[in-house]
Amino acid sequence: MTSPGAEVPLRRSLPRIPDRFAAFGAVLIVLIVLAALMAPWLAPYPDEPHPLEGSLPPSGAHWFGTDQLGRDVLTRVLYGGRTSLSIAVSVLAVSALGGVTLGVVAGYAGGWIRDVIMRVTDVFLAFPALLLSLALAVVLPPSVNTVILAIAVTWWPWYTRLAASVAASIATRPYVDAARCLGVPAPLIVLRHVLPNSLTPVLVQISLDAGGVILTAAALSYLGLGAQEPTAEWGLMVQQGQTLFTTNWWIGTFPGLAILVTAFAFNMLGEGLRNALDPRARTVK
Amino acid sequence: MLRYLARRLGQALLVVAGVVVLTFAVMRLVPGDPAVAFAGPKATPEELAAARERFGLDDPLPAQLVAYVRDLFTGDWGVSLRTRQPVREDLYLAFPASIELVGAALLIAVMVGIPVGVLAARYKTKFPDFGVRFGSMLAVSVPVFWLALALQLIFAGKLDWFPVAGEYDSSLDTTSPLTLWTNITVVDALITGNWPIFTSTLHHLALPALVVAAYPTGVIAQMTRATLIEESGQDHARLERALGFGETSILTKFALRPALSPVLSLIALVFAYSLVNGFLVEAIFNWPGLGRYAAESIRSRDTPAIAGVTLLVALVYVLANLVVDVLQGFLDPRARTR
Repeated sequence: MTSPGAEVPLRRSLPRIPDRFAAFGAVLIVLIVLAALMAPWLAPYPDEPHPLEGSLPPSGAHWFGTDQLGRDVLTRVLYGGRTSLSIAVSVLAVSALGGVTLGVVAGYAGGWIRDVIMRVTDVFLAFPALLLSLALAVVLPPSVNTVILAIAVTWWPWYTRLAASVAASIATRPYVDAARCLGVPAPLIVLRHVLPNSLTPVLVQISLDAGGVILTAAALSYLGLGAQEPTAEWGLMVQQGQTLFTTNWWIGTFPGLAILVTAFAFNMLGEGLRNALDPRARTVK
Repeated sequence: MLRYLARRLGQALLVVAGVVVLTFAVMRLVPGDPAVAFAGPKATPEELAAARERFGLDDPLPAQLVAYVRDLFTGDWGVSLRTRQPVREDLYLAFPASIELVGAALLIAVMVGIPVGVLAARYKTKFPDFGVRFGSMLAVSVPVFWLALALQLIFAGKLDWFPVAGEYDSSLDTTSPLTLWTNITVVDALITGNWPIFTSTLHHLALPALVVAAYPTGVIAQMTRATLIEESGQDHARLERALGFGETSILTKFALRPALSPVLSLIALVFAYSLVNGFLVEAIFNWPGLGRYAAESIRSRDTPAIAGVTLLVALVYVLANLVVDVLQGFLDPRARTR
C-alpha cells in the first residue's frame, strides 16, 4: 500500500495532457498513425494506374477522385502518410540522437569543449532550416533518404542547444557532485544521471518539431528534391496536381489537406505540452 | 554596453565565417565536375581545362576556400551556370522584389497578429481565445505552396478578383515607365508618383503577400497572447486592478508595451524565415524575387546561384539576429549578461 503523499510526484512526472487542444491533437495523431499503418487494408483500391479511369472527380466510388494515371487519390493519400510519417520519425530520431549526445557532452564537460560545440551549433542555426535543407537536397540525388539527411542536418542544433542548457544545470546538482566525489567515471555519470534527467524537455521539443519536419519534407518533395514517382508522398502529389489544378482540383487538394491536418495535429499536441512546461518558449525556427 | 556590443559583433563574425565555410562545403559536395557543368557536355578538353583553370578547380581544397573567401570580399559571387550572369547581379535584381513581398506580408502579420493576440488574451479560455488559438495554429501548419495554389485557383482563377501572377501589368512599362531608385517596385512607384504601376503592383501583391503572411501572423498572434497573459499576471497588473482599471485597459495600456519586446524580436527572426518560405510562393505566383530565382536554379542544378542565395539569406538571418540582440541589450540591461 502506498501513502497518499507518494502519488503526487509520480503523477507530476508523467506527461499529463494539459488541455482539450492538446488532447484533440493527440487523438488526431493516433488516427493518422493508425490510418498510415493500416493503409493496405483501409485503401479502397490498390495503388496502381488505371488508364481508363484517369482524372475522375470525387464520387461515391472514388471519394477523393483519381489522378491523371487513374490512381485512386484516397489510396495514395493513405500510402503517402506512411512516407511522410516515416520521414518525420527518421529525421527526429537522427537529429535528436545526434543533437542530444553533443548537447549533453557540451553541457556536462563545459570549458573549451562546450565552446567549440556551441559555436559550430551557432553556425548551423544561422541558416533557416528550409534553406540549408534546400541547398543540401539540391546537391544530393533526389530520394526519400536525401530528404531525411538534409532535414536532419539542419535540425540537430536545436536539440544540442536545448540539451546543453539542461545538462549544464543538472551537472551542478548535489547528486552529480556526490557521484563525482565517489569516483564514478564521467561517461557513467552522463549516462546514468545527466542524460535521463535531460529527456523531458527534449521529448516536448520533438513533439513540437514534428509538424515543422513534415512541412519541410513536403516542401522538398514538392520541389522534386525528395520522393520520386511512383512513391506516394503528399508534397510530390501536390506538385503532380499543380499543372491540372484549375481543371482537376482534387488531385492536389487532398494531399495538401493531409499535410495541413497532420502538421496541425502535431503542433496542437506540441504546443499543449510546451505550455504545460514553459509558456514563453521559443516558437520560430 | 560597449563590451556587450563588441562581444556580440565578434560572435556574429564568427558565425558568418562558419556560414561561408559551410556553404563552400555544400557546394563542393556536388557529385560531378563543376567545370563540365559550366562548359557544357560537348566541351572540348581544352575548354574544360580553361574552365578548370578559371575556377581554380585543380588547386587543393584549402586554397580553393581561400580563393572563394577572397572573391566574396571583392564582390565576385561566382557566375550562374543558367543565366551566365554574375550571381551578385542576379541577386541584386531579385532581392528587392523579395523584400517587397516579405515586407508586405509582415505588415499584414503585425496588423492582424497583434490585435488578434490581444483579443485572445482579453477573453482567455473563452470563445475568442479558442478561435484565435485554432486559427493561428492552422496558419502555422498550412503548407505554403498548397495555400498559394488554392488561393490562386479561387481568387485569381474562379473569382477573377486578383491577377494570377507577376509583379505588375507589364504593358505599363511602355505607357508609364518606372524610374528605379531602390529597385523595390512599390517604393519606387510611390516616390516617383507612378500611380498606374503602384496600384497594379498592390493588386498583384495582395494574394502572394497573404500567403506568405499566414505563418508570421499565426506565430505573432500566439506570442502576443502568451506574453500578454503572462504580463497580466504580474504584480503591476494586480495593482492596476486594485486601482479600478478594467481588464481591457490593463492589457492595452500597461501590459502591451512590455509584452511587445519579445514580439518585436520575433518579427526580426520571422523575417528571414518568411524570406525562405516565400521561395515556394514566388515560384507559384511568378514573382520576380529570390525564390523564383532559387527555384529555377534548383531545377537546373545551378550550384553557384544556389550558393549565392544561401549565403545572402544566411547573412540576412545573422544580421537580423544581431540587430535583435543589440536592440534588446539596449532596451533591457539584463539581456547583456546572457
